[in-house]
Amino acid sequence: MATEKTYAEINAKIKAGKAVVLTAEEVISLVAEKGVSRAAREVDVVTTGTFSPMCSSGAFLNLGHSKPRIKMQKVWLNEVPAYAGIAAVDAYIGATELPEGDPANSNFPGEFRYGGGHVIHDLVAGQPVKLKAVSYGTDCYPRKELETHITLADINEAVLFNPRNSYQNYNCAVNLSSKTIYTYMGVLKPNLGNAHYCSAGQLSPLLKDPNFLTIGLGTRIFLGGGVGYVAWNGTQHFPGWQKDSEGNNYGPAGGTLAVIGDLKQMKPNWLVGTSYFGYGASLTVGLGIPIPILNEEVMRFASVTDTDLCAPIVDYGEAYGQRIPGNLGYASYADLKSGTIKVNGKEVPAAPLSSYPKAREIAAILKEWIQKGEFLLTEPVQKLPSPKDGLTANTLEIRV
Amino acid sequence: MSPKKIVLRFGGDISDKPIIYHLAKDYDLVFNIVKANVDPQKEGTMVLELTGEKYDQGLAFLQSQGVKVQPLTEEVIINKEKCTSCGACTALCPTGALYLHRPSMEVDFNGDDCVVCQLCLKVCPVRAMEVRF
Repeated sequence: MATEKTYAEINAKIKAGKAVVLTAEEVISLVAEKGVSRAAREVDVVTTGTFSPMCSSGAFLNLGHSKPRIKMQKVWLNEVPAYAGIAAVDAYIGATELPEGDPANSNFPGEFRYGGGHVIHDLVAGQPVKLKAVSYGTDCYPRKELETHITLADINEAVLFNPRNSYQNYNCAVNLSSKTIYTYMGVLKPNLGNAHYCSAGQLSPLLKDPNFLTIGLGTRIFLGGGVGYVAWNGTQHFPGWQKDSEGNNYGPAGGTLAVIGDLKQMKPNWLVGTSYFGYGASLTVGLGIPIPILNEEVMRFASVTDTDLCAPIVDYGEAYGQRIPGNLGYASYADLKSGTIKVNGKEVPAAPLSSYPKAREIAAILKEWIQKGEFLLTEPVQKLPSPKDGLTANTLEIRV
Repeated sequence: MSPKKIVLRFGGDISDKPIIYHLAKDYDLVFNIVKANVDPQKEGTMVLELTGEKYDQGLAFLQSQGVKVQPLTEEVIINKEKCTSCGACTALCPTGALYLHRPSMEVDFNGDDCVVCQLCLKVCPVRAMEVRF
């Protein structure tokens, strides 16, 4: 009989300390040995993980009221501007924001040593952060400027809210041009000098649930070392299957997640300020999602391997920047992890930007939380758009 | 006079020229190649111990040939507390001193292969590479 489990049944097993939990890496060998049917029967939860730069990240902070009060029309944290165009003393610090006066790329390539992601890291690490605010003064908020230090413990709420995280899949970036380029995919040497990819492959959350059968609105997750939730689909969420002109399937791509969680319980080693030479500042986010093995179909997807999952190879020398569609073929994560791929007939050294060891660690931590009964699974309150919805990107036309 | 350690960097356009040969033949310098990573048509690096009376002329010759020369007085180290093993440095390190263990995908650093070009200090996204003087 085909396996069918409910969230309630799996949670009952978790509470009783009897749930069988494997990481997305461990489950691969089990399925290879026992087959999907038996593995689906035996395993209750598969844990995934990813640890990658995720630029679309930031935190809402409520900074508290000074005496006299200030509306905080503009806010800086360690000289990095935070968006304050919301209610008094609320601000959003975005991961890619640069300090006021940062030379950026004026002395190319810029170093981008500090930005919003580093502010978030410093807050989570318990470091004091310099707060500067100005306003125009009102009858109810008379103060016009303020300078002080805050720590994460001092302020009221601090909520990490990342509008686009956990990319299902990502390009493998190469450079066909004749000069070195500096991109969000790292430094790319000319004439196919190197290839950079950015995914945990077989450990990566959305590659293991490509049809969004279990990951949805309200799914409880590992976020930045604490507990978070899927808040919505991410921006640019266009899930689908990669196919070439002959109809060959190269695995899923295109999904993203918006995630949210209490910054105060997160850990600095899972939210790390990040700098891309010649590109900008960002935040590396640790994120892990449990997949309840409800049935064989869920298990079949959860157990796919690096051999089945592929990244499209894209030229960042020209094609990406100029929005020229198409790619130079696909590379499997197994080939990418071997350290060499073939592009246009040339052997190209391949390196990751996403830490596979940290992804493995996240999947193991989440597994431990579930095994200890501390972390229960949540049934999505609403499903997210999946490949069958056929979402595609709108482009921005320049109108005069 | 004790030999000086220097780092030479060759552009891809000159890496196939017999430059070191001229140091011995034309300038009578004694050299010891400590490390070398020079492939035709690719950027190359070499660490030399160099001594001799025409040392300064030899260095001027190297520079006239387009070789970048700098003294080897610095050492690059990896801060394991900061390194996240993302791997971003590994295809850029010119000598393979930074590399990935496979299949664990942990980043490791072999200081013996490092020529202190310091590219890793710039490309490491989390600033885990440091230089010691």
